[in-house]
Amino acid sequence: MTRLAVARKASREAYKTLFGARAGAMRAMSAEAAPNPDTVPVTVNGQEVHVPKGVTVLYACEQAGVDVPRFCYHHKLSIAGNCRMCLVEVEKSPKPVASCAMPVMPGMNIKTTTDLVKKAREGVMEFLLINHPLDCPICDQGGECELQDQSYIFGSDRSRFTEYKRAVEDKELGPLVKTVMTRCIHCTRCVRFSTEIAGVQDMGITGRGNQAEVGTYISKLLASELSGNVIDLCPVGALTSKPFAFTARSWELEGTPSIDVTDGLGSNIRVDTRGNEVMRIVPRANEEVNEEWISDKARFSYDALKRQRLDRPMVRGSDGKLQETSWEFALDYVAEKLKATEPDAIRAVAGKLCDAESMISLKDMMNKLGASHTTPEGMANVSADVRSSYLFNSNLVGVEDADYVLLIGTNPRTEAPVLNVRLRRAVIAGGATVTSVGPNADLSYPSTHLGDTTATLEEITSGKHAVCEAIKAANNPMVIVGSELLRRADSKILLKKIHAMCDELGVVKGDWNGFNVLHDAGGTVGALDIGFVPGTSASNDVPAKLVYSLGAEEFDAPAGAFIVYQGHHGAQGASKADVILPGAAYTEKTGTYVNTEGRAQVAVASMGPVGQAKEDWRILRALSEFAGVPLPYNTHEQVHRRLAEVAPHFAKLNEVEATLWMNGATYAHEKARKADASIPFKSSVENFFMTDVISKTSATMAKCTEARNEMNA
Amino acid sequence: MFTRTGRGLLRTLSTANRVVARENGDKLSAIRTFRSSEISKIRALTPVSRAYASVEAPERTHGNLSDADRIFTNLYGRHDPFLKGAMARGDWYETKKLVELGADWIVNEMKASGLRGRGGAGFPSGLKWSFMPKVSDGRPSYLVVNADESEPGTCKDREIMRHDPHKLLEGCLIAGTAMRARAAYIYIRGEYVNERLALERALAEAYAAGFLGKDACGTGLDFDVNIHYGAGAYICGEETALIESLEGKQGKPRLKPPFPANVGLYGCPTTVTNVETVAVAPTILRRGPEWFASFGRKNNAGTKLFCISGHVNNPCTVEEEMSIPLKDLIEKHCGGVRGGWDNLLAVIPGGSSVPMITKDVCDDVLMDFDALKGVGSGLGTAAVIVMDKSTDVVDAIARLSYFYKHESCGQCTPCREGTSWIYNIMKRLVKGDARLEEVEMLQEITKQIEGHTICALGDAAAWPVQGLLKNFSPLIRERITASSDAKKIAA
Repeated sequence: MTRLAVARKASREAYKTLFGARAGAMRAMSAEAAPNPDTVPVTVNGQEVHVPKGVTVLYACEQAGVDVPRFCYHHKLSIAGNCRMCLVEVEKSPKPVASCAMPVMPGMNIKTTTDLVKKAREGVMEFLLINHPLDCPICDQGGECELQDQSYIFGSDRSRFTEYKRAVEDKELGPLVKTVMTRCIHCTRCVRFSTEIAGVQDMGITGRGNQAEVGTYISKLLASELSGNVIDLCPVGALTSKPFAFTARSWELEGTPSIDVTDGLGSNIRVDTRGNEVMRIVPRANEEVNEEWISDKARFSYDALKRQRLDRPMVRGSDGKLQETSWEFALDYVAEKLKATEPDAIRAVAGKLCDAESMISLKDMMNKLGASHTTPEGMANVSADVRSSYLFNSNLVGVEDADYVLLIGTNPRTEAPVLNVRLRRAVIAGGATVTSVGPNADLSYPSTHLGDTTATLEEITSGKHAVCEAIKAANNPMVIVGSELLRRADSKILLKKIHAMCDELGVVKGDWNGFNVLHDAGGTVGALDIGFVPGTSASNDVPAKLVYSLGAEEFDAPAGAFIVYQGHHGAQGASKADVILPGAAYTEKTGTYVNTEGRAQVAVASMGPVGQAKEDWRILRALSEFAGVPLPYNTHEQVHRRLAEVAPHFAKLNEVEATLWMNGATYAHEKARKADASIPFKSSVENFFMTDVISKTSATMAKCTEARNEMNA
Repeated sequence: MFTRTGRGLLRTLSTANRVVARENGDKLSAIRTFRSSEISKIRALTPVSRAYASVEAPERTHGNLSDADRIFTNLYGRHDPFLKGAMARGDWYETKKLVELGADWIVNEMKASGLRGRGGAGFPSGLKWSFMPKVSDGRPSYLVVNADESEPGTCKDREIMRHDPHKLLEGCLIAGTAMRARAAYIYIRGEYVNERLALERALAEAYAAGFLGKDACGTGLDFDVNIHYGAGAYICGEETALIESLEGKQGKPRLKPPFPANVGLYGCPTTVTNVETVAVAPTILRRGPEWFASFGRKNNAGTKLFCISGHVNNPCTVEEEMSIPLKDLIEKHCGGVRGGWDNLLAVIPGGSSVPMITKDVCDDVLMDFDALKGVGSGLGTAAVIVMDKSTDVVDAIARLSYFYKHESCGQCTPCREGTSWIYNIMKRLVKGDARLEEVEMLQEITKQIEGHTICALGDAAAWPVQGLLKNFSPLIRERITASSDAKKIAA
């Protein structure tokens, strides 16, 4: 059974030391010149290595390049030591030791190739296999199964087990995780993940001995936004993906590195395709962004990529119905409208999921046409002048250093579940305090709800609230502002106050910048970074006559205005359109996305766009030609170069450029007014499973919504 | 008959010298430090008369413990188990002075007494107690008393708890002092209802008398004793599983290291120790470690509660000297084996976890840690299970295999999978419904479990089967052959 009880300080310390030691280890290994007093010499199969004090024997083996088989051990989870597969021989120890759990001692002589070790592992493998079904041919884990791989090395070619195998009833964990519990080898990785990382106490082991079963005690939905990660963690086929079940074999898939756009974190993902079809999405490890996790929305909303797609250009005919047309006609039609409309009456809105390339193309074209009224969807009111005013300044990894977190108008659990993992760690392992002005939600760790009104916030910003002292006293205090706050009409007034508070209460001090904005979609920061905001000459005095929606679903369109919708899904936005230009979804185009901390990352196209759809920047490039304002780039490289021209950090992919804090000057020109007290702070995400056009189209996400509602009913 | 080696003789002689010295009060105080004058006074005043075992002749057979040398003088509940009776028997006598002599003194006395843990593993108690931190890092230290006596055949701790509970409680204070512990937790097995009631009553008495709680025994130290009720799982007798259970979690053993002395109950330094070990401590301190060390062979000192069950005429729990010959133990205290010594088939000498020994070994084996280890078994909890020739020994071990299968916590692979497998095979072996090669396979499976698990339950499940295979595999083979012959005939 896993144990990360809040009360157990000792294990917290151990947890911290372990992670601290690991980070130190990396450094120590890279600079191996001088003998470090914090390292100890150990011998692995005759080879001497120096490893940091307190690390495990398994770690030492890895440093020596020796592979140790393991099932229960996972470097992100607490140590269970229960599979006994990682047994190694240590000189002077009478019994083989579990290398994942045993700390190294100076001068330890570790052997992994002896007969004793081989026999021990073969014995464990035999035990694991006696009750494991031989259903690899119909198991979705087949081909990427740790048990299968290890049994090639340590398994026997036949079984001497003649009894009946144990059969276990499958558990119902909801619409995402499929269970075949007979395959379970009781490694408890899933249990430890849900308790320690996801922070839900839903999973555990019931029964003893051979009757022990992993499950949810009572039949219950696995109520976490991160539940899909147990599929990756499960070393066997006990927990597999329900939507992926029986759709493909792992060796048929081609993986493409990509970036998730369903929230603002820019989680690194791998899109597995077969032919021109996305079969599944799995995380890629990136310690600085998503560690090894992705949210269920990132993982399971891919089925929407085949549903309700806009796959051919369309125009609204005289009968008011959308009719199929040719690209040439559609582009010509839009170009004529663009040319005929006075620039001040043109509006361009960029959707939440847009790549930076398409947005810069749209902005450049608009500017060439003389139009400057460009806005990111829902954020008409945001200033893009200073990056530090809209970014997650302390970085995602910085969250773990925080000792006081004030959430303003955000529920990180639904807006960025993977970030919530770090927040949880800051609270559980680091002892941080979390308070919230905004939605009163279960964050999966202890937090204090202060209220959800502007009055509460103003009490804090004016230094009168009781928490101010605690913020002042904290070493690394942190404020996280939700993106819903940026969407408010009075956002600038509120931000002015929050900025002033950050300076006064020491949220920003020295090297530490604790002012953070948590964006909820993959495209917003990119839009702000390239200045996709109304230009200085833009005004709302002239009513809109032409609205160009680049994948935006919600935008103001006065009656009679001509609406162009360029996007990939037929939903709210497309239904209003006069012309539809079919674009590519994030898996179908190579594009750059900037995450909430300002990290530009490239998602590589894993397949081509569907039907006649095209990559978005290419559509705009072609349109600009028709409109007589040709854009000066013809290849993706050239667009990317243009991005770097506008905002230099686009040239430094995967890195975060330090931002400059303006000491309150950002909103200095804003007149002090009263905020709108009638609107309470809320999260931008009401239903985690349905936040954007893709997830709203997904049948899987619809099932999840239904299951959640049933559970809560 | 056991004959002493030269080294043993030397030891015996030096013991004799010590005994002489002890009998001379002046000499004793001269040898001891000034604080020892206190203790010698206590010892002189101890109500139990200080009659020591007579100076041993070199050929002495151990055993024949005199009543005066028994620690548990109310083992059979013939007297008042509670405070009045206990004090009349010498419990709580000048405990304050013992406590005031300090942790180091107690640990050294325990080390000198040669007491080895009575819970089964036989680890030297003084040494174990000395592992506790001398200076606290801010965390309190705890003593946890393992009263989850669940080893089949073992019924010694229950006698202490229901008939001599004050010995245990006083021991808690003494052992707790030695460990610099703030409190003791007594984890009682779920099925022990009367034992818990007796202990709880005794606890209330001790608190009321000021022996425990704030300013325990007037020493200025605060020492609390808490009684916790288990739920009847054998695995909760494993020290780390017991700690987990005490913390309110599933009773599943923890990985070691860290050992409980570093990170134990609630993450604090903890020592888990058996009831008997704790309960004998005050008497050892009062009567002196030399007195205790004078019993038994070298490294196997002291008196011990033996629980003899099975095919003897008079099953009993009895306090005897360590190193008593098994035959003497059975003949003297149990009225002999049912049907006479020659009707003996085999004995499990230390609770169900240890391998059995056959009659020829039983004839002259001594009941102590080293002698039983020497014959491929172990003293364990000294629960002697006697089986006469009417026993179906395969069935008997199959029943034990069922027990271990049932009690495996299921945490780690070899035990979870292996115990069930063993039981399945054993079940078939009882009827001979197996192939001959499965006998060897069974041996291999037990070896695959042994030493590969987190706790010792895997070993405990493997050893009885190994003992059976070592001693009775011809019988098993015979059965298999007979069974397959019968099948052939039937076919």
